[in-house]
Amino acid sequence: MLAKRIIPCLDVDNGRVVKGKKFQNIQDVADPVELAKRYNNEGADELVFYDITASNEQRGIFLDVVEKVAKEIAIPFMVGGGIRTTKDIHQVLRSGADKVSINSAAVQRPDLIFESAQKFGSQCTVLSIDAKEVASGKWNVFINGGRKDTGMDAIEWAKKGEAYGVGEIVVNAMDADGEKNGYNLPLTTAIATAVNIPVIASGGAGNIEHFSEVLSQGIDAALAASVFHYGEIKIPALKTSLNEQEIPVRRNTK
Amino acid sequence: MIAIIDYGAGNIKSLQFALDKLNKRSIVTTDVAEIKQADSIILPGVGAFKDAMEAIRQLHLDTVLQEEAQKGKPILGICLGMQLFYEQSLENGDWEGLGLLKGSITRISSEVKVPHMGWNTLDIQQASPLFESKLENPYVYFVHSYAVSSYEESTLLASSQYGQLIPAIVQKGNITGMQFHPEKSGEFGIELLKRYEEMIV
Repeated sequence: MLAKRIIPCLDVDNGRVVKGKKFQNIQDVADPVELAKRYNNEGADELVFYDITASNEQRGIFLDVVEKVAKEIAIPFMVGGGIRTTKDIHQVLRSGADKVSINSAAVQRPDLIFESAQKFGSQCTVLSIDAKEVASGKWNVFINGGRKDTGMDAIEWAKKGEAYGVGEIVVNAMDADGEKNGYNLPLTTAIATAVNIPVIASGGAGNIEHFSEVLSQGIDAALAASVFHYGEIKIPALKTSLNEQEIPVRRNTK
Repeated sequence: MIAIIDYGAGNIKSLQFALDKLNKRSIVTTDVAEIKQADSIILPGVGAFKDAMEAIRQLHLDTVLQEEAQKGKPILGICLGMQLFYEQSLENGDWEGLGLLKGSITRISSEVKVPHMGWNTLDIQQASPLFESKLENPYVYFVHSYAVSSYEESTLLASSQYGQLIPAIVQKGNITGMQFHPEKSGEFGIELLKRYEEMIV
């Protein structure tokens, strides 16, 4: 049976893992390679690395981190942040990443996700959507680190992404991010219902129940950062609990 | 020396790192002489069947692979690499593969989410030196939208269930295919690669 995935997310700035709240107040947390190894050993099903830096020089450091992480882990990992061209995609894949998540650049030029799916395959082309509620039950797509409202409807954008060939969608609920009050279920389930590709919930995880809530509603994977980084939730305990609730998770990792 | 065939896109580094962990020397190559000299060959692969076959033909590696297979050299295909072993794929058209194994590739049933992405359990179909005898359904990591749908029964070592039976490990003589990514399947995947390497020595 296909397992639901637990995915720690590492925001990497200038070679270090950092954590911000609602995309602000960035704090230094850990060494990305050490943290990746720890999550790999604890039974994480996948890892996400977001490059939150912008300059070319730091991008080089980031690719170096990607390669070091690839060397140390035996689970898939996704890289996102600042991906603008098929050359960027090629670079991160060649550095050892398995998937690339594309956000703002896909909004600005949807052909990028089409080209990526054609050239590198749907399996490694992931659409990341930053969404925020603008009216009751209506979510818009935001770009540029959540600063700019595109006016586009998030559910429509997810459907378009699927039509363009992306293999997976990450739904970042901006209202929920960093609040630890649970994932945004209405938004995430609305998107999961609208598409026939895997959906990853992101933003808002604070306790184990938040994971079981979202994973029992047709969502394929749950992503979280600080609850894992600060050890508030341990992955083995989380998986034991999900298993007891009859949510299929990978446990026998050996 | 293991020749990992590099015909374009995709993450080959993880496979190399996994082999490094097993102290297996590998080179990433498209050079005919190097491939012929290698003790074994790995054909990795992600992306589209048609593009991969075109790239392989352009590099004249189709005949090299067929000849080396004929000579009995161990060849492991991973993910799309395994699918390329078959005679035919119906991925966005109708394409001819390497024909090392009998059978064909079709799209996974749309009754389930496609791609089949994530960790799924293996059902062992035949005893093999690749598995411990008492192995309980281990999880391995899949990412694919197409799957082997016709094949010789005798070649099926392990399968997975996802809307249909998904051939996960197939083997016929020196030809072995893994639909999932052993290099991304945690400790079990690394162990599987280790057992495979021991098996072919």
